[in-house]
Amino acid sequence: MSNSFLQIPIISWMNIRNIPQRLGTSSVAVFGVACVVGVFIGVLSMATGFQRTMLKGGAEDVAIIMRSGATSEMASGLGYAQAQEISHLPGIARNGDEPISSPELYVVVDVTKRTTNSSANVPLRGVLSGAFTVRKNLKIVEGREFTPGTNELVVGRAVQRQFAQLNVGDKIKFGSTQWTVVGAFEAEGGLAESELWCDAKVLQEVYRRGNSFQTIRVKLDGKEGLAKLKEGIASNPTYNFSAQLESEYLAEQSKPLTAFIKTIGWPIAILMAIGAIFGAINTMYTSVSTRTREIATLRAIGFGSLPVAISTLIESILLSVIGGVIGAIVVYLLFNGYTVSTLNFSSFSQVVFDFAVTKDLIIQGIWFAVIIGFIGGFFPAIRAARLPIATALREV
Amino acid sequence: MYYLYFIMKNLGRKKVRTILTCLSIVIAFLLFGMLRTLGSAFDQGAELAGEDRLVTINRITLIQPLPYNYLAKVKTLDGVAIATQANWFGGYFQEQKNQFPQFAIEAEDYFSIYADMYALPEEQMKSWKSNRIGVVIGKALVDKYKWKIGDRVPLIGMFPQQDGKTTWEFEVSGIYEAKTKGADTSTMLMHYSYFDEARQFGKGTLGWMVIKVKDKNQSESVAKQVDALFVNSPAETKTSSEKDFTKSFAKQFADIGFITSIILAAVFFTMLLVAGNTMAQSFRERIPELAVLKTLGFSDATVMWLVLGEAIFLSVVGGVIGLLFAQIIVTGAAESLAATLPGLMMTSQVLLQGVLLIVIFGIVTGAIPAIQGLRLQIVTALRRR
Repeated sequence: MSNSFLQIPIISWMNIRNIPQRLGTSSVAVFGVACVVGVFIGVLSMATGFQRTMLKGGAEDVAIIMRSGATSEMASGLGYAQAQEISHLPGIARNGDEPISSPELYVVVDVTKRTTNSSANVPLRGVLSGAFTVRKNLKIVEGREFTPGTNELVVGRAVQRQFAQLNVGDKIKFGSTQWTVVGAFEAEGGLAESELWCDAKVLQEVYRRGNSFQTIRVKLDGKEGLAKLKEGIASNPTYNFSAQLESEYLAEQSKPLTAFIKTIGWPIAILMAIGAIFGAINTMYTSVSTRTREIATLRAIGFGSLPVAISTLIESILLSVIGGVIGAIVVYLLFNGYTVSTLNFSSFSQVVFDFAVTKDLIIQGIWFAVIIGFIGGFFPAIRAARLPIATALREV
Repeated sequence: MYYLYFIMKNLGRKKVRTILTCLSIVIAFLLFGMLRTLGSAFDQGAELAGEDRLVTINRITLIQPLPYNYLAKVKTLDGVAIATQANWFGGYFQEQKNQFPQFAIEAEDYFSIYADMYALPEEQMKSWKSNRIGVVIGKALVDKYKWKIGDRVPLIGMFPQQDGKTTWEFEVSGIYEAKTKGADTSTMLMHYSYFDEARQFGKGTLGWMVIKVKDKNQSESVAKQVDALFVNSPAETKTSSEKDFTKSFAKQFADIGFITSIILAAVFFTMLLVAGNTMAQSFRERIPELAVLKTLGFSDATVMWLVLGEAIFLSVVGGVIGLLFAQIIVTGAAESLAATLPGLMMTSQVLLQGVLLIVIFGIVTGAIPAIQGLRLQIVTALRRR
């Protein structure tokens, strides 16, 4: 047995050195696997990228309070009185005497998307000064903040790149109201960068919302904050709103689309892999049949059938992995960071995100290649092991 | 017939190889059928859209309501045959993940404007109209939630009622049928009168208007007249044909069509390479035989056609099986996905493209060996071993 272990590397090395002689069929197998792994990583990187953008936007120490039953910010609504009461609930962090809270309005407006040249639902958030305290990762990177009481907008970096008329200094009309873009902000690539922001008071007036809001974000006071806040809400039966962590809310919002991409992506990848396996099997059968005499000679001079079989498997897996690596590199170069924007049905508004080709995805892709190589090499390996030595030697 | 026999014999020579090649072609066309169907499902709405229908929304965006009295003003326009309105209810059943569209509408008008797409039996319409909290549902909802006529269905909605409650009680009064294939049956329809009376906010507003024009050639001018009615008012409108409306809505989902075409291109390229390479290889091995055929008196062209015929034959067999499988899978998936992705079906257009591709696939994979066969010099070929 130890003898056959020694034989494996010898035969495998011989096979591998001979690959150039079978360059045509070998490169087809490599190429086939490269495409499969490329598509696999490409599709899933879309899901990963979307999820990353959604989750980055959510802080662990911020709670979002919405009307009970509301599935998204847009579906929620809170009166002025409620907003006042909410900010005085327990569990909310304070800055001196003032609770750190941010009552907000969330609507969508039609803005023209650059790629399709048709209008899409871009979120417009009406905020007060509290919004900038609650979100600490937000930075104005161009221009300035809007002046309260005016029709001025600051826009997220991501949405600014994907949609028209959002450069600093541009004037844009929503309905019959004209707005001026005065600044752009970044939020570490999070969801907020897909939004337009303006003064909540102005938005209330333009949208005829009286002095009501839709959601309130509050900074939580330590680890116990959320529990205390929930307790405070539960203690009053007339309250018809509920609190949840911002990060959990956004994770929930990202689920349907991520699941959709994955349920489409996996079957495609598996079907393609089956196709690539057929290609690999063909390649390996060819490899075995062109090496018939070589294998028979090896067997005749004392090499075992198991090492011959395993060396065929190794060749197949090696070709596959080379293909997988090529596929991963190409997809990384082409797609990583490629920005798109889509309608997130949960919030009925556009989310701008980048494809994210992560290390995990690449590792998964390479494993995928190994499996293809293994299955593709399996039957040819058995054939190689079972070659009848005498007849094979006679073959031309 | 005679040549077909010859081709079959040749393909039967290395059965494993033939089957593997054929299977990779099956996979290519299976994926083609499925992906193209998925891509076109997003444009489906536009294809089903009525040519004589217009949709009017608030110029700011679809979700911003319009005053209810706009409807009466639109009805006075000359070119308008019927006008009605709808509202987004935005509710879910028991759990957040059970979301499906619900519209608050006016029963008679809604069904007469969509008479080409949906039908509700006369007696169900009657009992629905007499039931304030009545709703009608489509097949997709019946299948998913097993609701039947007379069932009480509580929904949690985004609109609170007068007393602040967000749970709304409804009763199923009827089940409407889709008259066109692919029409969405996952929508629940409720009475606007009940909805508007019971809700706390937004009273006296409507979500969007649907207008049926008398003459479809007048659509554009009617659309302009509607928008002109409300110009410079606090709530300006945007009216477009139902087709354009659905199209621009579909475009909101990044470019699904574009992404599926990229994937498809990668799939085809891969499979073409895999299948093409095997075919080329099999011909290379047979070059001396082709030379023998020529020696026996077969013309250059015949040899070329034999080779090309074999490639096309393989492509047709694999391609047809693949498309057939795609059809079966899509039909199966359409049933279970009707509530989330309505209108999933393989259109004749997709099938036609598939058939065209099958032929092209065969020609491309067979072209190089076929030309080699055509140019083959008997003497050099026979000498080659």
